[in-house]
Amino acid sequence: MGETIVQKLFRTRLGRAVKPGEIVVADIDLAYAHDGTGPLAIDAFRELGSNTVHDPSKIRFVIDHASPSPNEGASNLQLKLRAFARENSIRIYEVGEGICHQVIPENESLKPGMFIVGADSHTVTLGAFSLFATGVGSTDFAEVMTSGKLWFKVPEAMKVTLNGCFQPGVMSKDLILRIIGDVGADGATYMSIEFQGEGVKTLSMASRMTVCNMVVEMGAKNGVFPLDEVTVKHVDTSSLNYKSVFKPDEDAEYAMSLSYRLDELEPVVAAPHNVDNVKPVKELEGLEVNQVFIGSCTNGREEDFEIAAKILSRKGVKKGVRCIAIPASRRVFLNLLRNGIIDKLVSAGCTVTHSTCGPCLGVHFGILGSGEVAVSTSNRNFKGRMGNPESSIYLASPATAAASAVEGVITDPRKLIGG
Amino acid sequence: MNLRGRVWVLGDHINTDAIIPAKYKFRTGDFKELAKHVFEDLDPTLASKISKGDIIVAGRNFGMGSSREHAPRVIKEAGVSAIVACSFARIFFRNAINVGLPVIEVKDANKYFKEGDIAVVDLEKGLVKNETTGIELKFSPYPSFITDVMKAGGLAAYRRGQGRSL
Ligand code: SF4
Repeated sequence: MGETIVQKLFRTRLGRAVKPGEIVVADIDLAYAHDGTGPLAIDAFRELGSNTVHDPSKIRFVIDHASPSPNEGASNLQLKLRAFARENSIRIYEVGEGICHQVIPENESLKPGMFIVGADSHTVTLGAFSLFATGVGSTDFAEVMTSGKLWFKVPEAMKVTLNGCFQPGVMSKDLILRIIGDVGADGATYMSIEFQGEGVKTLSMASRMTVCNMVVEMGAKNGVFPLDEVTVKHVDTSSLNYKSVFKPDEDAEYAMSLSYRLDELEPVVAAPHNVDNVKPVKELEGLEVNQVFIGSCTNGREEDFEIAAKILSRKGVKKGVRCIAIPASRRVFLNLLRNGIIDKLVSAGCTVTHSTCGPCLGVHFGILGSGEVAVSTSNRNFKGRMGNPESSIYLASPATAAASAVEGVITDPRKLIGG
Repeated sequence: MNLRGRVWVLGDHINTDAIIPAKYKFRTGDFKELAKHVFEDLDPTLASKISKGDIIVAGRNFGMGSSREHAPRVIKEAGVSAIVACSFARIFFRNAINVGLPVIEVKDANKYFKEGDIAVVDLEKGLVKNETTGIELKFSPYPSFITDVMKAGGLAAYRRGQGRSL
């Protein structure tokens, strides 16, 4: 019987074959926490009775969630994180460096087959690099700081086969929203989501990160792309013959299989208040929008702002609409400054700010008013997610978000592209 | 170990933002304070109504969303002694066990309870009983390691008792 990608990842790590459902203990190569989960992980570390960090070179902290701090409580929690990092020689990425799921792949040497855990559910983003990455809670994170290991149940896998390539104005965000809509918010609970097929090679690394980022919204444990020519430009393969590894076997056994033609996909949104409430943009066209947010670990990379700038420079942000654009890292910000995209965004009327999670989780920047409607490129539209339970959030691609900012109503971006 | 408490019934897909909005966790790390806001976006009056030992009965996919361990910790701090649900989201389930909040998966659990019923949970026997109606529901008991962690009140307390590591 052949193996799925996740079985291969576990086999490489453990040096033996594994079956779904098996409980195993694995060494962790890299673990990161942020200002929202790190302070509690420090408490949990102490509760466990641990004194020394097993291997500080494998631990990272990132201050990205409430960054810079909007209040005294957050400041003090961040002080706690900084003090612990200093005492234990842990590298910390500071305010403004970026969102953890972007900063880690940009700055750390990623190798295919690595095991990475993050004290954040969207750690699954890193599966785009052909490695195992999953989110854990603070006690599990404390366990990794203590022993360098963690227990896992080997997941079953779902195969998603992609063919063709996107039409202009359709993005990988539309693909992953479509999949979540089809599978449901708990349809892939505990599974590894594995992307395959000819269509994969048309997806950039940034687009793959967007797709992996959201697999947790259908309950998945991880998402993973096979290792190919796109991946090898972004990872260290020096210790690996990349052509033969981290591709599923032909006869691998999958718990579920889905298949999509990328050229048949259209722009979609996830309507309030659940991510699986997915509808074609054309069904919601004309709905008035008060705020548009382009950014987050889902869609805060160069390609996201490039398409947004292209659409926004046509007519600019509609009067009365607030459009907030936040690059996912300082490096993305600098790249966009240098290639003139920031100029276009600001000229179009966007509020562009330093890298932070900001509006995505309703802690600071862009809290919605009661009754307001937002289009957001982030990954969750739960009631109250953007700070106000009386507001509504529509999740969309950067292209749809930008088109909606231009028109002031939910708009199909294909109308504003080309021509 | 038997747990007995008054029941609160919640729906499907109760997410971590509904359990504890992110904004509060960036104001304080004090769980007594955070517990005042438990389930606030779902029902702002619920926090003041929950009392020690109460049991939550919910639908599918309880705890979906963020990895914040604040979620099970806040529910526990509010006095809830166990959650019985049709299913749980993966990270929440793991976090709940780690912090010693018993989480029990029972098919169609929410069909057999209404608010104010008295529920009894027997972790070892794998039994949930609605004392008010007399209905008994079975679940497969957890491996003894997990039951022990729950009984000890979480991984930390269990560790202190055992002196063992992974
Ligand atoms: S951008 Fe949003 S989803 Fe991503 S890590 Fe930050 S808060 Fe979480």
